[in-house]
Order: sequence, then structure tokens, then C-alpha cells
Amino acid sequence: MNTQLFTYTLHLADNALILGQRNAEWCGHGPALEQDIAITNISLDLIGQARNLYAYAATLYNDADKAGQAAFDKLLPRPWKAFNRPLEEDDLAMLREERQFRNLLLTELPRRDWAQTVLRQFLFSAFQFLQYEALQATACPQLAAIAEKSIKEVAYHQRWSGEWVIRLGDGTEESRTRIERALADQWPFTGEMFSTASYELVDCATLRDRWMQKVTDVFAEATLDIPKSGWAQQGGKDGVHTESLGFLLAEMQSLPRTYPNATW
Amino acid sequence: MVTDADIRSLLEDVKDPEVPVLSILDLGIVRNVTVTPDGAISIVITPTYSGCPAMDVISMDIRLRLLEKGHRNIAITQQLSPAWTTDWMSAEGREKLRAFGIAPPNPKQQFCHEEMFADEAVACPRCQSHHTELISRFGSTACKAMYRCLDCHEAFDYFKCH
Repeated sequence: MNTQLFTYTLHLADNALILGQRNAEWCGHGPALEQDIAITNISLDLIGQARNLYAYAATLYNDADKAGQAAFDKLLPRPWKAFNRPLEEDDLAMLREERQFRNLLLTELPRRDWAQTVLRQFLFSAFQFLQYEALQATACPQLAAIAEKSIKEVAYHQRWSGEWVIRLGDGTEESRTRIERALADQWPFTGEMFSTASYELVDCATLRDRWMQKVTDVFAEATLDIPKSGWAQQGGKDGVHTESLGFLLAEMQSLPRTYPNATW
Repeated sequence: MVTDADIRSLLEDVKDPEVPVLSILDLGIVRNVTVTPDGAISIVITPTYSGCPAMDVISMDIRLRLLEKGHRNIAITQQLSPAWTTDWMSAEGREKLRAFGIAPPNPKQQFCHEEMFADEAVACPRCQSHHTELISRFGSTACKAMYRCLDCHEAFDYFKCH
């Protein structure tokens, strides 16, 4: 049970962290100052959610008995094992390897252009909203509390990104071309959200209809069609990632790996 | 003998580092203050937003303020549930915000909603006109949105209802 909860907490944390890191790449590069601030605010919310989740995962490990801790071994950061101190949230974010991450593939896809960024945010936020709503009813009080806190932020992300999808879809010829391209690229990565992994406490398959309804409503206003393809690219939930994740981690983790236990 | 009320009155001096006119009591993030007979002080705070960078600074400022007054046995913990809402902001806090040039949050029940492209009626903190428009849902800190007054033409921060 505890291994399951530990893995699930990491999965939720990894989703938030990796998408937060991708959005943070816009810092100083947004199409307008206000939108630069908006996307990095969303990034800040996601990284804050990830911190709460990693801190909880670290507690689960530190409070487990010897046998319990041994069961977590495969997901623990290797460099940390030489530190001889309790596990901390930063170790989990900054020192695990690519195959130990459990995030959805959708969250790690390259940033590319603004259309790719806002569409991905919308597809993910609409899912995260439903997932966190369901999480509040799970038997784990700490995950329920994190979900209760985070969902208010997710509501903003969903609304902001939904507005952008409509603005670009029902906008100029250029904006429409770009969001259609983004949709073709990203749609095959949405199916993974609803394919429930063995460690998940919320059965995501049950969220699919309501997610599809939300997406359909926004796409109708954006004059976009739901792609016909039903192919679902999977692997992230089991640690099998696209080539993009390694590059993201190399950048994100370079400082703590170069200077272990650095503080600033 | 130190009482809960003594400690609370010290917390009145601890300000939000990003909105320095508001004390943490005005903001409604102090959830509990207890002092045991042997003088151990326990303070429970709740974050405004998950990623609010001010929380670490606030914890440190609370500790410094209490240490300054000779209190040594201090435990500060964060609690996430029930989730903080702007409805917990004091009436006094709202007035301080307005005087500072930030529009205070509207009451959540009446105004907060999740519909797209819907603006809230926010009063300009300078001329009180409701003839205002949203510039961006996200502002200089996680808790604020940017608005513009169409009468006095001043751009202003709105402490968004949450």
C-alpha cells in the first residue's frame, strides 16, 4: 500500500514539476509582458503543488520502517544515498533519473510555440481539475488536502488556457494553422491520462467523459474539430519517456548535480 | 504568563512581504495560536497559493519577531486544509489594501466563477468607478490580477477573490 501511495504521489508531483519547468522556459520570452507573467504564474503554482507533493512523498519514505523503505528503493535518487540524511523534497525533484520519473508524456513535450503551450496547458488543466476533484475524496488526507488547495489554482489555469485556445482557433489564419498543428501533435498524448496505472488512487478512466465534454465545449467555440485518431502514446506513467525529458532534466538538475547539497 | 492573545498581538507586526500594508492576521493566514503552560508556542499558518514564495519569508519573520521578544520555544507549521480563501481577509485588511492602491477582493460567493471571458465588476481603488476592465488574470504576484480603470485611466492591481 505504501509503495503504491509513494509512487502515486511522485506521479502527481512529476506531472506538476515537469509542466511547471516547461512553462518556466517562457520566462522573459512571452509574446507580451502580461502573458509572460501569466504563464510563469502558472508555472509557479505548478511548482508549488509539486513541492507539497514531494515533501509528502519524502515523509512517507522517512516514516516507513526498514522493509517499507527497501520497497521504495527503485524510485530513490542514487546520489542521495551517499548523503546519510533523511530524504527531502529537492532530492526527489533534482536527483532522480529519467526512468524514475512518472509524469505524463504530454507534460514533457517541447515548449515549441505559444499555440503548443496554451493547448497543452488546457488539455492538462481540464484533466487535472477532474483528477484533483476526485482526489479530495480519497482515503489519504494529505493528498486530499493538497488537491483541495491546488484545485482553486487549476481552475484559473483551465480558464486562462481555454480562452487562449478559443482566441487562437477562432483567430487569424496564422493562429489557426498553428493551433491545428499543435492539436495534431498533442492529441495522441492525451489518451495516456485515462489509462489508469496500477498505483493510481483515482481511476482516471472514469474521468474521460467529463474531460471530453469540457474539451468539446471549448473546441466548439474555437471552431476546432476533435481529431479522429484514437491512438494513445503511453509510457510516462511507467517511466518510459520521450527523448525530450532527458534534455529537460539535464538543464533543470545541472546545478544540484554539479554542487550536491548546495544552498542559496 | 504569556497568553495566546499576547502572541497574536505580536503577529500584528508581521507583514506580508509582498503587500507590506497587510499583516498576516489581516490576510487570514494564521489558523491557530496556542501557548502551553510551560511556554511552548505553536503557530499554524496556511499558504495563500501553493507556490507563494512569501510563505518561507513569513515563517522566518514570525520566528524573528517572537525571538526578539524573548520567546524561544516556537513551532510553526503549515496546514493546507481547509484551503485559504480571500473571504478570510479582515474588513480592516480590505480597507488598508484600498488605501494602498490595490483593489480588495470581492466576496467569493457573489463574484467568483470559472466561466471563460467573464469579468468581475472591480472598483477602481483610486476613483471608485466600476467602469474598469481586466488586463490580465495574472499579476505581479500569484494573488493579484491586473485591471485598468476606464474613467481615471489608471492601471491597478486587483487582489483577486480566491
